[in-house]
Amino acid sequence: MKLIKCVIWDLDNTLWEGTLLEDNSVRLKDGIREILEKLDSEGVLLSIASRNNFEHAMDILKKLGIDHYFLYPQINWSAKSLSIKNIQKEINVGFDSLLFIDDQQFELDEVKSVYPEINLLKAENYREVENMQQHLPKMLTLDSKRRRLMFVEEQKRRAAEEIFEGPSSKFLFTLNMEFLIKRATQSDLMRAEELTVRTNQLNSTGIQYSYDELNDYLNSQSHDLWICELKDRYGSYGKIGLALVENDHSYSNIRLLLMSCRTLSRGVGTVLLSFLMKNAIMNNKKLRADFCKTERNRQMYLTYKFANFNEVDSSNNEKLLLENDLSLIQEYPPYIKVIIKNNRNEGVSIV
Amino acid sequence: MCNIKVDLRKFIEANMEIFDYEESIKDDDNIFEKGFVNSIFAMRLLQYIEDKYNIIVNDDEISLNNFSSIDNIVSLLKRTET
Repeated sequence: MKLIKCVIWDLDNTLWEGTLLEDNSVRLKDGIREILEKLDSEGVLLSIASRNNFEHAMDILKKLGIDHYFLYPQINWSAKSLSIKNIQKEINVGFDSLLFIDDQQFELDEVKSVYPEINLLKAENYREVENMQQHLPKMLTLDSKRRRLMFVEEQKRRAAEEIFEGPSSKFLFTLNMEFLIKRATQSDLMRAEELTVRTNQLNSTGIQYSYDELNDYLNSQSHDLWICELKDRYGSYGKIGLALVENDHSYSNIRLLLMSCRTLSRGVGTVLLSFLMKNAIMNNKKLRADFCKTERNRQMYLTYKFANFNEVDSSNNEKLLLENDLSLIQEYPPYIKVIIKNNRNEGVSIV
Repeated sequence: MCNIKVDLRKFIEANMEIFDYEESIKDDDNIFEKGFVNSIFAMRLLQYIEDKYNIIVNDDEISLNNFSSIDNIVSLLKRTET
């Protein structure tokens, strides 16, 4: 099973005992509070798909003191597949990383018929949700603990963007974005590992690296491991980008480039590529990149192509080798302040 | 085809980095070289075209050059539609 990134709960007879329309004194099922707390602290997002009156149900959730856990709760009278589609669109992850829990078999079936990739759990087995995350990197990073908060910040950003009048590039100036590109250090490796596991859409090769492998690259003289953080006036997006570059005598080879999809509209993938291009010129190298096409990573392909990378060898349609002749390098966009920390020894902790 | 050019010009001008540019963009102006927009914009332009005309541009056709002027985009669209 894929990594579950969001758990979507039904309410009546799933999150709580009883039916809200018939009984106002609903009681949370045993252990639910602890389960929500645990999933939230592990960076698993939580949401709701329930047929109820929105105000009424939210009122109860507030009284129970658990309303803040749920992002984009869908409490309405429409089909659950539609509710789930709305959630999926807002948090922008694949259906195969959603888990839907409901007590009614026909609701589970209806959702499955529209989105066959989704993961399902019968409400009576709700305790199993705690054991579904075997794929999670073992250690929790700061970014995973802050995940829900980052979505709340994102909601504020979007609300501001919606009421902003004028071209969207002007809006970008108002965000005061800062993009930090630095050499990864030991303390970044857990997050780096997590990024390779979690990122599908903006991922050039889809290779998942373990902590130990990344640690080897960190200590390798022929490799550069770059990690990126994006901040703006609403807060930090966290460490959201990673690039692994292998250098030989004439080429810098980008083995992996990935960017969390939350930052898609900010164009920072292009900024990171521009940096790698400048860096290759500085080191007197030519620049190549591995690329594995998947159903999900077209955006990353486009990022490369629009940065003027072209296919060296197109005999294999899925595994591509791209090269950039470095004749055209885009300047960093004026609305992002780019900060580079290129020092190899900085912040390396003593083991 | 005439309407497409109008739509494209409107979209590009609404998203230009240079805000107070007086003249209209010419059909054969290279929008990247002239610095009106950057390659981040190329992604949004592609998305706009695909949504608006309900097409998917073939991967082989994705290059900065094919999106670099209104003329080039129009001929790309012609090739894609057939």
